[in-house]
Amino acid sequence: MSQNVKEVLFGPILQNNPIGLQILGICSALAVTSKMSVALVMCIALTLVTAFSNLFISVIRNSIPSSIRIIVQMTIIASLVIVVDQILGAVAYDTSKQLTVFVGLIITNCIVMGRAEAFAMQNPPGISFVDGIGNGLGYSAVLMTVAVIREFFGSGSLFGFEILQLVTNGGWYNPMGIMLLPPSAFFIIGLLIWALRASKPDQVEEVEYEIGGHTALTRAM
Amino acid sequence: MSDSQGSPAKKNKDSMANIVTVALGVCFVCAIIVAGSAVSLKPTIQANKELDRNKNILIAAGLFKQGETQESEIDGLIEQFSIRVVDLEEKRFLTEDQVAAANIDIRKYDQRKAAKVPGMSMELSNEEDIASISRRARYSVAYLLEKDGKIDRIVLPVHGYGLWSTLYGFLALEGDGNTVAGITFYEQKETAGLGGEVDNPSWKRLWVGKEIYQNGKVALKVIKGSVDTSSAGAIHHIDGLAGATLTSRGVENLIAYWLGDDGFGPLLKNLKG
Repeated sequence: MSQNVKEVLFGPILQNNPIGLQILGICSALAVTSKMSVALVMCIALTLVTAFSNLFISVIRNSIPSSIRIIVQMTIIASLVIVVDQILGAVAYDTSKQLTVFVGLIITNCIVMGRAEAFAMQNPPGISFVDGIGNGLGYSAVLMTVAVIREFFGSGSLFGFEILQLVTNGGWYNPMGIMLLPPSAFFIIGLLIWALRASKPDQVEEVEYEIGGHTALTRAM
Repeated sequence: MSDSQGSPAKKNKDSMANIVTVALGVCFVCAIIVAGSAVSLKPTIQANKELDRNKNILIAAGLFKQGETQESEIDGLIEQFSIRVVDLEEKRFLTEDQVAAANIDIRKYDQRKAAKVPGMSMELSNEEDIASISRRARYSVAYLLEKDGKIDRIVLPVHGYGLWSTLYGFLALEGDGNTVAGITFYEQKETAGLGGEVDNPSWKRLWVGKEIYQNGKVALKVIKGSVDTSSAGAIHHIDGLAGATLTSRGVENLIAYWLGDDGFGPLLKNLKG
């Protein structure tokens, strides 16, 4: 694997994470992370859609007229999402029942359009496909981390297997209700971004505006 | 109309002709892919839906044990049930001839679709609409399991609004039309872990053996907290879901509606009598 491909594939996981650095795709990250199994299916679906939309858009990038490029990208992405939705309904019906609304919403996921517009329109098909996979992995990394935390503390289980026995099932663990509600994902993602930027200070944005010193204090000095 | 930018050898991708060609081409290819996948996967999806519904009927009736019964046994088990059509306006079961006259295909009848068709449904007034479903189909299916010439289980489709979504489920009653044999919800989008616990097997187990009616009125209630077994109404009371007051209330309301006088109530009384 050449250096470039490696960077495109693994860069989005920590260095250039779509959720962590670019703050894209937050909406679905809040909605589908209360259970790991559901989050995993969502990750696979999004990764496939991003990769293939990148691939197809890149193949025809030289003939897409710039005046209708967004609508062409949307058509391709929407078609892929419908296909993924249908396949889910056929092979994983139970999960698709819980996911259908959010699978449909992949169309509006900023990561997919963002990569199509920023990468696939300028690069050849092969590397565009890899870029789609890479960004899907970056999204998945954050989603799965959030899902592990939420399912563990909210339901006492991982992938549906009971780890901490719940009070309702005759055990001792009283689950944290907030972990099951979407706002908890906000806190967790916020903390993840904090941790990521603390370990990689170059991701911290430059301060656009700095509050001046306390005037009375400055005068006194 | 176009200003020719770029070298003349390269085709001008911003020309009107190219815009139309690309737009039509993309639409054509995408339409074929979408239609192709929809058509080729439809039978599988349909079969999955039916299997899921049948499974839920069996779960409600207590015939499908999680982890014990295999999915392959579902078809055989569901065969034991006879499917009947109920006329909710005239409060009676239809005979086969009447079903044919009403133009209903029992196996394909979709109550949810029928509730949207003006001739097949009616609008509910505010007082009637305690389950917040706004429209109700005239006909409903009911699944009867008979043993030794007597009715052993009655499985009724029920639905009503919870907190975020309409809950769709099945309620199974014993042959007396009063004792609950089981309940299940096969479609709901309540908060996972709170309202979503309507689908929790240990909560659903609380329903078994409870009685719906007291002096001819629906007395079943989902109360806050746990039921005190020594209290007078304990046989009609079910523990509320912690942290999901509105979902619990929704469940209580949908039971009150579907087993009340506007729903299956009069029919069940006739069964008893």
